[in-house]
Amino acid sequence: MKAMLSGFAAIIIIGVAAWYGLHQIGLTSAEVYSSPAVRLD
Amino acid sequence: MLRHVMAFLALVLLTAAPMGVAAQDAGAPAQIDRSATGGAQTLDDILRRQDGLKVDDDFRRNSLERAAERAEAAGTPPGGLGPRGAASDADLWRALRYDEADVQSSTLNPNGRVLIQDGGMWWLEFREGPLAHYGGLLLLVTIAVLAVFYLLRGRVRIEGGKAGTTVLRFQWIERFAHWMLAGSFILLGLTGLFTLFGRMYLIPILGHEANSVLLTASKFIHNNVSWAFMLALVMVFFMWVWHNIPNRTDLTWFAQAGGIIGKNHPPAKKFNAGQKIIFWSVILLGASISVSGLSLLFTFDMPLFAHSFQFLNDLGAPGWVGMDPLPVDLAPQEEMQFAQLWHSIVAFGLMAVIIGHIYIGTVGMEGAYDAMGSGEVDENWAHQHHSIWYDELKARGETPKGKSATPAE
Repeated sequence: MKAMLSGFAAIIIIGVAAWYGLHQIGLTSAEVYSSPAVRLD
Repeated sequence: MLRHVMAFLALVLLTAAPMGVAAQDAGAPAQIDRSATGGAQTLDDILRRQDGLKVDDDFRRNSLERAAERAEAAGTPPGGLGPRGAASDADLWRALRYDEADVQSSTLNPNGRVLIQDGGMWWLEFREGPLAHYGGLLLLVTIAVLAVFYLLRGRVRIEGGKAGTTVLRFQWIERFAHWMLAGSFILLGLTGLFTLFGRMYLIPILGHEANSVLLTASKFIHNNVSWAFMLALVMVFFMWVWHNIPNRTDLTWFAQAGGIIGKNHPPAKKFNAGQKIIFWSVILLGASISVSGLSLLFTFDMPLFAHSFQFLNDLGAPGWVGMDPLPVDLAPQEEMQFAQLWHSIVAFGLMAVIIGHIYIGTVGMEGAYDAMGSGEVDENWAHQHHSIWYDELKARGETPKGKSATPAE
């Protein structure tokens, strides 16, 4: 039971970390599709 | 007795229903008489399109060709004589609609000249048609077959009942990795199914607003949980690949159909041949889904299909099945479309396999869930289903209660 709950907790933690990490390195949809002539905030 | 009656009725329904549905086929689009409009769109075309029926758009697609032929025959300049003389807005937009216009743009990227990607229409129709229908059918049929199997075979019981003592089958880290993989797979599968079927089935039930919220959340969950899935996949591979290499005991296991029919108990090591099939399906299909998923996530940055098609063409593979060589000059949108189809088709396959896996690990077999639930399995269960593994455990001196002085291997 504890292994299962730990696994599920890890999914959530990794998901949040991935979202935050990708934001930090500039890999959001808005960032990727913006250019000098296009601003997508 | 009742189980068998129910199984028989279920089988009859499953085979009769598709035949009944096939009988009421919508039929090919009726031939429409366009003489009244001189070959252009008629009221019937408009009504058919509004009803969502298939319209044969040949009259539009080839109108430029026919106009050019008429012009040549009459000796007038090509391009037709529309209201603006030799150039017509309608002709221009028609050419753009079918990606036949001669477009020049300031970008060097040839895809900058594609204003309407007509080549993507087949993808759109395939995704809404055969992909959704056959994919969904695969999952429903899998569930139905398992239901019939359960009604006929019942739960695989531990012969002679439980021993009451247990041995350790899976350590914490193995169970952790499995549940990380399983939990993420469930989330990814459900959000993926919502994304594919939302427009068709969820909007009529939930309405546009609720569906939009659901699908926005689904995309967010799908894109972020995918990393946990990929990490867990790598963990599971390295933990268990050694135990999943095929060997001779697997032949015996298959010969006795795993003991699922009758009362045989073919010998098996840590993983029997059926489990090895599950393992390799998950690893190979999961890896394939992951790669196509990454291609979709990093849009346009990871094209996979141009190279793959070139490789297959070089092998001559399309010729083996009587097909023309595959297209290798793919626009970025086409790459994404192929990636999406591959991702969905392989995912449907893996979901069907996992539905079977979930069945056998919960309802289908007494004592199986404990392996992943607590990690400790009943000794009688271990002896009956994984006798070689159980004997090796005992030879190593791991005592019945599952607690040994030295840590498990």
